[in-house]
Amino acid sequence: MATVKEEREARAEAIRHIEREKPALEFGSAWEYSPAPESRDHVRLEDRYGLFIGGKFVAPKSKNYFATINPATEEKLADVAEAGPADVDAAVRAAEDAYRKRWSKLKPADRGKYVYRIARILQEKSRELAVIESMDGGKPIKESRDVDVPLAVAHFFYHAGWADKLEYAFPRHAVSPIGVCGQIIPWNFPLLMAAWKIAPAISCGNTVILKPAETTPLTAMALAKVCEEADLPPGVVNILPGAGETGAAIVNHPRVKKIAFTGSTEVGKIIQRATAGTGKRLTLELGGKAANVIFEDAPIDQAVEGIINGIYFNQGHVCCAGSRLLVQESIADTVLAKLSDRIATLRMGDPLDKNTDVGAINSKMQLDKIRELVACGVEEGAELHQSSCPIPSKGYWFPPSFFTGVAQSHRIAREEIFGPVLAVMTFRTPEEAVEKANNIPYGLSAGVWTDKGSKIFQITSKMRAGVVWANTFNKFDPSSPFGGYKESGFGREGGVHGLRAYVALS
Amino acid sequence: MSSLPRPFDTSRIPRVDAVGIDERASALAKRSIKKASKIAGIKLAISMLDLTTLEGKDSEGKVRQLCQKAMRPLPGDPSVPHVAAVCVYPNLVAVAKDSLAGSGVKVASVASGFPAGLVPLAAKLDDTLLAVEAGADEIDMVIDRGAFLSGDYEKVASEILAIKDACRDAHLKVILETGELETYDNVRKASRLAMTYGADFIKTSTGKISPAATPGVVLVMLEAIRDFYFETGRRIGMKPAGGIKTSKQALHLLVLVKETVGDAWLTPDLFRIGASTVTNDLLMQLAKEASGRYQNEDYFTKD
Repeated sequence: MATVKEEREARAEAIRHIEREKPALEFGSAWEYSPAPESRDHVRLEDRYGLFIGGKFVAPKSKNYFATINPATEEKLADVAEAGPADVDAAVRAAEDAYRKRWSKLKPADRGKYVYRIARILQEKSRELAVIESMDGGKPIKESRDVDVPLAVAHFFYHAGWADKLEYAFPRHAVSPIGVCGQIIPWNFPLLMAAWKIAPAISCGNTVILKPAETTPLTAMALAKVCEEADLPPGVVNILPGAGETGAAIVNHPRVKKIAFTGSTEVGKIIQRATAGTGKRLTLELGGKAANVIFEDAPIDQAVEGIINGIYFNQGHVCCAGSRLLVQESIADTVLAKLSDRIATLRMGDPLDKNTDVGAINSKMQLDKIRELVACGVEEGAELHQSSCPIPSKGYWFPPSFFTGVAQSHRIAREEIFGPVLAVMTFRTPEEAVEKANNIPYGLSAGVWTDKGSKIFQITSKMRAGVVWANTFNKFDPSSPFGGYKESGFGREGGVHGLRAYVALS
Repeated sequence: MSSLPRPFDTSRIPRVDAVGIDERASALAKRSIKKASKIAGIKLAISMLDLTTLEGKDSEGKVRQLCQKAMRPLPGDPSVPHVAAVCVYPNLVAVAKDSLAGSGVKVASVASGFPAGLVPLAAKLDDTLLAVEAGADEIDMVIDRGAFLSGDYEKVASEILAIKDACRDAHLKVILETGELETYDNVRKASRLAMTYGADFIKTSTGKISPAATPGVVLVMLEAIRDFYFETGRRIGMKPAGGIKTSKQALHLLVLVKETVGDAWLTPDLFRIGASTVTNDLLMQLAKEASGRYQNEDYFTKD
């Protein structure tokens, strides 16, 4: 007869056997994809870019140039002029001239023709622009090719159509342009943000000074060339690369009538202080910490795709990223197991490879910030889960990650990480989900996943966020307004609502 | 009174969002498969083919020719593997079995009143038994879509159970005919039903109805297979069939498998492609990778 000890050992062995046999998916190398890099042969970068003022590329009065690098390789791509206060002043003069003498006097339909022409040229150059965007910013070519560039083109086409129809956008009003607009854009969607800013502004009859971010100026410089090629009257679009000081010079210039800023909440607050009492119009599109809420009656496999798309799209460098996952407790284990399997299939590496899902972190500075917040999350006691994908030796990389065991009070649940890092929290009831989703100073976007139609309406109407997606995430269209609540800013971009920022009504 | 050992529980079957599924399936279609991965993928796809002829005019001669192709898809190149199986009507199983003897290529037979499945169960069982006795290694049965759509899951389930029993050692592939089920929710539910009551493989279509093996349908079925595996530890096979004509489609299917259920399914034991015309396109692409040029179609045999 077996002793108790033997029985126990046999049982333990049986359990070990079951554990070994526990179902698990293997994502290995049974069939590997060969490298499929998009060609760079058709891309011509210059060694040095000037400022685009009054329709010409000019050397900066500041005499300063800065290097822009490829974050995937740390190679220098080009030197780019940095605009100082004297350059900003020259650009404002050029923009004012163009506004007074040409652009505001042009028949609206003719204005529209120029914008259509820009859209068409961008479309023709879309492959080149996508490659430059991926080289300069580190984003996967499949995103710059399928999202950034086509959406940028769509914004120009959409707004071109409005140029001669503004009276229908604002019935019972006389519509006129404002004047010179100063526009400051971030590094996460360089060409797309330039399009979001420039297209409505010039379609409404304004002229612009655009400052691209210092880490990603190259597609903005390519856009300047497109404006030249489209024969856009000199001074309608001026592009001044630079960092914070250049931005401050634009914001503080007395003859700039309107400021549009997309970037951090911190800088947004400085700009709002600076423009207070000046009569300058202001729209701000700032940070976010969106809740992606998954209910137990959600289409689960598609919700997992939505989580992936919400947080790992563009390495999480997305102001409306679904960076907080709120998942109903009854399905949390299932969803997290599926999420683990799914991140194992994400391919991180060369942004120009057509099979890359996750590219490089935009800059060393951003990588340091992500690392700091992730270390803080670990210290606060949350559990870190990371993809074990290989990390290239050169460049700035951070593997797709998520934290479980996160409390609403953790820094990783409160602060915008702006990287591929998700904070997972659970909830029990719809009311709790709404409360947690709204319990944050930001209010840019949110996502709701349920197969039940009535619940979608019930929950989305309670979300204090500018954009709420139902059973999808990170969907954009030029006809749909985008913008925030609370510390995510004010004003809308896109759609009829977006035009309002660029017209004076009487 | 239920004749099933356990009732079919529909409550735990997750819903499917059609927009999300189509988006994911088309995102995976954009994987760029070049060079070595393309050659390896094409050979893998060939080894997974169920070379099929299911026409009223099928004859012994036709089947014998098809079997030659199945054993040596590209005569003169031993690096090209034989296909997984030849799929025929029950009457021609013996012919196929004889032609393929010793080759390692399996014989699959459609049965159970293919393609409509609207014959009495007794006839379905006879059909199956005849095919099995003639030597079929695999049985491709169809479900009664009328019963499924009218909510009579018990009828569908008990027929699968009975036919599985009649299969003896033969593997059972259950054809859902997704083109008639119409919604992804139905596909997911039917997949679950088939797996629960005895399917070794689930198969999209008969090839007689369009649409057939669309990428979205294949993805929904693979996700159902994945969930079933986690619940039961059993790996169920997948067979898309119908409308697969190009190498690009075949490689896309492999991508769907690789990134949904993983490496373990990248074998003819768990993944099959039901087709006939795709074979020559696969061979043509293989030749193109070797020579850098597309060759005249007359260099590839039409059987």
